[in-house]
Amino acid sequence: MTTTATTNGTKPASAGKPNKAAGVATWADDRLGIATATKKQIRKVFPDHWSFMLGEIALWSFVILLLTGVFLTLWFKPSMGEVVYQGSYDQLRGIPMSEAYASTLNISFDVRAGLLMRQMHHWAAMLFIAAMLVHMMRTFLTGAFRKPRELNWIIGGLLLLLGILEGFAGYSLPDDLLSGTGLRIADGLVKATPVLGSYMSFFMFGGEFPGDVIIPRLYTVHVLLIPGLLLALIGAHMLLLVYHKHTQWPGPGRTEQNVVGYPMMPVYAAKAGGFFFMVFGVVSLMGALMTINPVWRFGPYNPAEVTAGSQPDWYMGIAEGLLRIMPGWETHIWGITLSWNIFLPGQIGPIALFALVLAYPFLEQWITGDKREHHLLQRPRNAPTRTAFLAAMITLYGLLWAAGGNDILATTFHLNLNAITYFMRGAIFVIPVLAFIVAKRWCISLQRHDNDKLLHGYESGIIMRSPEGEYTERHLPINSDEAFTLTARNRDEVYAGVNGTDVNGVEAPNARIDETRARLSKAWFATNVQKPTKAELEEGHHHAEEELEHEHALGLDQQADGHQFDGRHDVAGDDLTHKH
Amino acid sequence: MRLLTRKITARLSTRRRSRYAAPAVLVAALLASGGLYMTLAPANADKTSDDSTTISEGRALFQVGCASCHGKNAEGIVTKKGNQYGPTLIGVGAAAVDFQVGTGRMPMAQPGAQAARKKVLYDADEIKALGAFIQSLGPGPAVPESEKYDVSGTSNENVVKGGQFFRTNCTACHNFAGSGGALPGGKYAPNLRGVSGKHIYEAMLTGPQQMPVFSDGVLSPEDKKDIIAYLKKNEDTPSYGGFTLGSVGPVSEGMFAWLVGIGGLVGIGIWITSASARSKKTITKGDA
Amino acid sequence: MHGHEVATSEHDEPIANPGLPEHLPRPTDVDPEAEKRAERQVATLFGLSALFAVLTCVAYFTFDIGEHTDTFLGMGASNVALGGFLGLALLCIGAGAIQWSRKLMSDHEIVEYRHPASSSEEDRSEAVAALEQGLEDSGIARRPLVRNSLLGAMAALGLPAIVFLRDLGPLPGDKLAHTVWKKGMRVVQDVDGARIKPEDMQIGQLVNAEPEVFFENNAEGEPEFEGAELQAAKAKAAVILVRMHPDDIKPWKGRENWGVEGILCFSKICTHVGCPISLWEQQTHHLLCPCHQSTFDLADNGKVVFGPAGRHLPQLPLAVDSDGYLIATSDFTEPVGPSYWERG
Repeated sequence: MTTTATTNGTKPASAGKPNKAAGVATWADDRLGIATATKKQIRKVFPDHWSFMLGEIALWSFVILLLTGVFLTLWFKPSMGEVVYQGSYDQLRGIPMSEAYASTLNISFDVRAGLLMRQMHHWAAMLFIAAMLVHMMRTFLTGAFRKPRELNWIIGGLLLLLGILEGFAGYSLPDDLLSGTGLRIADGLVKATPVLGSYMSFFMFGGEFPGDVIIPRLYTVHVLLIPGLLLALIGAHMLLLVYHKHTQWPGPGRTEQNVVGYPMMPVYAAKAGGFFFMVFGVVSLMGALMTINPVWRFGPYNPAEVTAGSQPDWYMGIAEGLLRIMPGWETHIWGITLSWNIFLPGQIGPIALFALVLAYPFLEQWITGDKREHHLLQRPRNAPTRTAFLAAMITLYGLLWAAGGNDILATTFHLNLNAITYFMRGAIFVIPVLAFIVAKRWCISLQRHDNDKLLHGYESGIIMRSPEGEYTERHLPINSDEAFTLTARNRDEVYAGVNGTDVNGVEAPNARIDETRARLSKAWFATNVQKPTKAELEEGHHHAEEELEHEHALGLDQQADGHQFDGRHDVAGDDLTHKH
Repeated sequence: MRLLTRKITARLSTRRRSRYAAPAVLVAALLASGGLYMTLAPANADKTSDDSTTISEGRALFQVGCASCHGKNAEGIVTKKGNQYGPTLIGVGAAAVDFQVGTGRMPMAQPGAQAARKKVLYDADEIKALGAFIQSLGPGPAVPESEKYDVSGTSNENVVKGGQFFRTNCTACHNFAGSGGALPGGKYAPNLRGVSGKHIYEAMLTGPQQMPVFSDGVLSPEDKKDIIAYLKKNEDTPSYGGFTLGSVGPVSEGMFAWLVGIGGLVGIGIWITSASARSKKTITKGDA
Repeated sequence: MHGHEVATSEHDEPIANPGLPEHLPRPTDVDPEAEKRAERQVATLFGLSALFAVLTCVAYFTFDIGEHTDTFLGMGASNVALGGFLGLALLCIGAGAIQWSRKLMSDHEIVEYRHPASSSEEDRSEAVAALEQGLEDSGIARRPLVRNSLLGAMAALGLPAIVFLRDLGPLPGDKLAHTVWKKGMRVVQDVDGARIKPEDMQIGQLVNAEPEVFFENNAEGEPEFEGAELQAAKAKAAVILVRMHPDDIKPWKGRENWGVEGILCFSKICTHVGCPISLWEQQTHHLLCPCHQSTFDLADNGKVVFGPAGRHLPQLPLAVDSDGYLIATSDFTEPVGPSYWERG
């Protein structure tokens, strides 16, 4: 059924006139043996869909970060030594500040393209993390994290975490008022760690906050340690992608055993390479037209100064929201202080969330009992519980984001600041549950609609009126490509569990856990709508044929355009009478 | 002895003087003396507290527009539950009146947590009259003279110092760019852009509503002028990096990153992978 | 092959796979005019890109920054021009490459076959055999003494790795419990160090203040505190002075004389995670922290009335010295700032 397309050459390559490129290639192959890898990979097939480009946004943003970041390192001075500013920005001249801040002002005002590079770097960082998040949601919704790609999911989760830490380190480097306030908060979070908090704080800052080593240390983390880890993990992520090949949407000609799409050379190289330039161009225009992190307006960091509207960058918004809505619970007992109000939302919360994200593929596999390899994607509607779970998580994420910006919400929409906080305390438990229920029902109703299309065809918009006066809409059969796509999915199999007891009445080990697993599996798949069986489809087609015959017998299969009696066209010759 | 050599039969001026000459001379003399007085008399004319007609004008305006909340004698009105309906204005001074009425905050459209800046309902003379009336009830800060808030002659050192004062005293409520910020219970610290130097000075001096007082005894008039100089300098400074996105910090930056950045790039991704146009013609040349 | 199952169940497919859809030609495939047009379009995009790249360089040297920044519509002209032209240059290359692929490159879909993710059975058994051979040769299974002592040695090597980081910072000791405030130190306005007399402050006033020692020089004429030391000391010693009506204040037992004529002094550092607070609502006597909205009632000893802070705001006892200026009568009686384990 599926054949290799004719565009793949059928003739072997023959040695023609020797040219320069061939010479270079031969030289390289003599030493590296690259022809073997090239023959396999150069026409590698990439399936084509816009949702597959989200990860590319992240990848290209990372490249832009590297390029703009190197530029910045040529001028930035990662030192907290005090200098008196004598540069071009009038409003700060003569003030003592750290070298880090002074060099950032220098880049912004006295290095041409410096401000542009700073802004591009920061916008690219925002896009990097946003793209990773959107890519992660796509992977989740389509089930692309299932076997054999669980490890890639974990690598992706680590990339997201490292990206967030890298961003925090990066915007703290200029040592301005806003990011210094963020470091102060980070110090408070660290201090709240049980037992070791004050030691960790002193070790991190080389003494009391703010000390004079945190900026140089963050610099090393930001330009060396984390980029190294990111590069290694991105390499591993890409390697697994090449090895497993990309997933694809079900459709005509697509199976679990093949990949259908366009070859790397030249189509995908052009599309992906072109997309790199588009991402670069968009980042460039953003850096040109939208101010980001105007540190000269914040002033140098001073522990006695603060600005209203102090928030971290958006990707830390949920931690900020958790911190803001947490009630002030602290335990003072036996000479020690346990700060639940900081420890829970600032440390336990994010770690638990992250652990859940990383463990998800294994959790789902345990519940569903599905140990097969999957290379065809699922439409979100065909995994209602999973999709509803993501809807609940996105809702929770969004609510915490809003809680993190509660003062901006209050001033922009003229709301009561305290009311927002009280609302959020309850909302984060209630609204995600509502989102789960709504999303799940929505998916199931979409599944039912798909089945209707398969069994009865699509609504054609032609309204029929029977002699008795009944109105119906004529359905027309969908084409075979679409029908196949709708049925190219597995039936859900509920995990049955092992038998409770064996022949001798001995209970199986882990019987309790197994029972829980079976119950969860049943709940997971409970209300899902399965695709119709062959018999049901045949019955549906048979029924449609009968309907058609009936209409023909009644003479109803001739179209009446509705203008028969209003004089708009001549009705002579139109045969609209009953035929028996 | 005779002083005149010829016989005078009538006065010389009889035939020269018009019958309107006398009244004209009288009017001219009055104008001259009034004008001289006006130009040469000491400049006491501005002192509203001296001028009892201004005070009574102010009282009349007050009874119509302010007494329903602040009481007929500005003593304040307390509700049955003990909440404040309109506070007492005795001792708040003409500066407070000039600020509140001059920025349109007063009269408040309805009672509420915060008086918002809105259309100014009284003209300059009426505001002066109201201020004179309030000042007459009890001593309070007077409207500052223009050299206190006129920043045209300030040096860069003043602007720099003003920035330091601003970031220490003001940004916690009003934000680094003076964009404003949230306060508890539906109140807010307003946006400072476009506010006149005089009103900024008066706000610091009188501490309107929840804003603290920054009296001249601690934050001297020179310090206040420096702050105003910094704010005005910032208003004139170009936005070096492009559109300011509201100058509220990372929240709006994140929103634009998602809407413009991700939105735009996903749109471009959809374009890249979308099906391109198909032709109904058959292929007339060999396949690739 | 258990575990190698790929998720297909073709035997119960209600509809058979119809195979790859027929390829329909694009206008550029059949119409030479359309093809030429597309070529010209792509080339124009690339050409425009080169032009924009040159314009970027021109803009670099044309627009000034620094003391006399050129502006454009109220924005920095250099930034807008450089980023704008560079952005257009990049977008044009991207658009050209993408149009090339969409209009001119072959758009026949091709098929590649997958292989199972796992290795073949033979490879697996060979790998296991090789591993077992190697392990057998080493004898690690038969020599528990060697194996355990090796593990012990590797674990011990972890110790220097940790110990070498000891000098990252000093031990906290009791540094967090003390500030530079002491008896007799004047409370002065932040930024200019102006001394404060009670009669200078009005009811409803807020003063952001510091200890006077931050504005003094030592015997050599150098500032007593500067650089990192000043920042660290400020991060604990920053205070605010507020004046209220004395009748509104409800001091705890022992704190009745900590204020002067309704003037109270509180730590400026929030007890939640350390942001400086100075959002003072003069009528409600509430102090709001802008970071996470912890709200303290300063008329009631700095008690927390809203928000995530767990502890009241520490208060500094005040008095007036012989010259009439406000002074502290001691250091804070409890640690200021964020909580930590051994705070007590």
